[in-house]
Amino acid sequence: MNTAAFIIIAVLTLSAALAAATLPQLIHATLAFAVAFIGVAAFYFLLGAEFVGLVQVFIYVGAVAVLIVFTILLTRRDPEKDHGFNWTGVIIAILVFGGLVWSILKTPAVAIGAPKIEALTVKRIGETLMTDYVWPLQCVGVLLTAALIGALILVMEEKR
Amino acid sequence: MSAQSVDQVFLYVKQWLLSLVGGAPEWLLQILSALINIVALLGFFLTLFAAISVLERKILGRMQNRYGPNRVGPFGLLQPVADGIKMLIKEDIVPARADKIAHFVAPVLIAATAILALGIIPYGRNMTPFAIDGGILFFFAVGSMTEVGVFMAGWGSNNKFSMLGAMRAIAQMVSYELPLIITALPVVMVGGSLSPDAIVDAQGGYSLGFIPRWYVFSPWGAAAFILFFISGLVESNRTPFDVPEGESEIVAGHMTEYSGFKYATFFLAEYLGMFAVSGLAVTLFLGGWHAPFKFLEIIPSYLWFFIKLSALLFVFIWIRGTLPRTRVDQVMNFAWKFVLPMSFTCVIAAAVWHLTGRRLSGWLWSFAVVALVYLALSRLLDTRKKFAPRTYRFAE
Amino acid sequence: MSPTLQFFLIVSAALFCIGLLAALSRRHAIFILIGIEMMLAAAGLNFIAFWRFGSESQQSTGVMVAIFAIAIAAAEAAVGLALVLAVYRHYRTTNVDKLDQLKG
Repeated sequence: MNTAAFIIIAVLTLSAALAAATLPQLIHATLAFAVAFIGVAAFYFLLGAEFVGLVQVFIYVGAVAVLIVFTILLTRRDPEKDHGFNWTGVIIAILVFGGLVWSILKTPAVAIGAPKIEALTVKRIGETLMTDYVWPLQCVGVLLTAALIGALILVMEEKR
Repeated sequence: MSAQSVDQVFLYVKQWLLSLVGGAPEWLLQILSALINIVALLGFFLTLFAAISVLERKILGRMQNRYGPNRVGPFGLLQPVADGIKMLIKEDIVPARADKIAHFVAPVLIAATAILALGIIPYGRNMTPFAIDGGILFFFAVGSMTEVGVFMAGWGSNNKFSMLGAMRAIAQMVSYELPLIITALPVVMVGGSLSPDAIVDAQGGYSLGFIPRWYVFSPWGAAAFILFFISGLVESNRTPFDVPEGESEIVAGHMTEYSGFKYATFFLAEYLGMFAVSGLAVTLFLGGWHAPFKFLEIIPSYLWFFIKLSALLFVFIWIRGTLPRTRVDQVMNFAWKFVLPMSFTCVIAAAVWHLTGRRLSGWLWSFAVVALVYLALSRLLDTRKKFAPRTYRFAE
Repeated sequence: MSPTLQFFLIVSAALFCIGLLAALSRRHAIFILIGIEMMLAAAGLNFIAFWRFGSESQQSTGVMVAIFAIAIAAAEAAVGLALVLAVYRHYRTTNVDKLDQLKG
């Protein structure tokens, strides 16, 4: 694994995520959010999970970002800036980050290099999904159907 | 020169180019190899784009009983050069209150996703630019990023027509993305892999000695191919589904405020999207670079791919010249009520074909499934409008 | 020198905290949803990092969990955005500070 690639992707992802969290204009924040998720997908590619990276781009950038954009357009008020920024949230986030980094650096078990593993092919993922994980697969199917119907009912016009 | 060496001539050229660099480190050789692939790909497809832009106008003109462009160069074939110069020297107008970054990045993003999608298609024997294990999924993932670009174009122009056009374009593209993926699903299911190379290899060989094993020659494959083609038409915003760029309706939709080179980039992105979808249709259904008959295998594989691609592009242009534009609610109706159930039927028919053995009985059973659902859907979706008999009145 | 597991964990912790920042300090409902999605993505990154650096016996658990997490995140985003739309239609605002009708 390449350190240069890791540093570039990490800088890209974190700066895009920071932009998404702090930009006042909503649309700019959404576009930065899409870039941040492409960065996370690049991390998945770096870690050798290509299928998950492709699914990530597909679902987050192709579907969730478009959903968010549509909702922003349908709930528009001029000016569409975000009013007010709560600074206690920043302090809490920095404290949580400090705690997490301290616990990561204190654990010797995670200061390890990458072992050599065989590549996980899509065929293997499919087989595992259909044998070991068939119940979670069916449950996720039911969950997605329920979410679909629920979202539709929530935004349907009420009949007068 | 044997047929084998003609077939692999591009590979030999690339290996010779790489041997010129000699004892370079491993990572440099990899980067150079990728660069050579990219340059070859871009060179070929940009030339094809220029050729198709003038050929389309000539073919459309002939269909409409007129000549196409025929002034610039022999038979008008140098028209793209004139078009390119015109686009490049036009003034680049950006609206004053437009969002500068979104306005600039949008055409670049759409063109970039179209070019990325071209990278995984096998163009000949051993000639896939980037062979990824999940190639088909990569194609669809990259294609779904186009919608973000279209939205950025519409919103960044600060113009109500652009916004409206962008919303219509995104609604249309999102609706037809699902049938696009679900019609590719039976191919992946039957082939057993998401890699385009494996799918093309599974379509080699001939059944009964002379009929090629392409998936389009099975009932579920034919239905899936037609639905995939229709969804590809919609995804590239071509007539009859070009509501987003309807010239007589909303000026140019999300491309209204773009002039000069950026408009040319949108144009380029639309054609490259067309090439990508046609290339994938050839890979998935028409057997990739395989020849249709055994004695025709002397013709190199990349030439067969190009012939099939050109046939599909001609059908794209033919449909544009023939059919009128649909309304946007008709487009959505068609997607959700007809194309989506039919694409699910293709998956079921493919499973039936596989489970009853891939012989004649499997063919008949899956044909029955497809025909049954098609007849049921057309009955259910019938609008029951009876039109009066046509009366013709001619000028005296 | 290739990155150890600590680097990946620190990056995912940073992404999680940026999502937390977005969820806690913004007043627009959609920004809060963006923050929640970022937190989910950071957790998924954690799973994949542990899968990669883990021992051979758990071959594909991390990948499976990440796939299901992405699917569930998509469903939750859809329902959350439908909620935002429904609330906007009724109250004409997306500022969560103004939604205080149940305040005692």
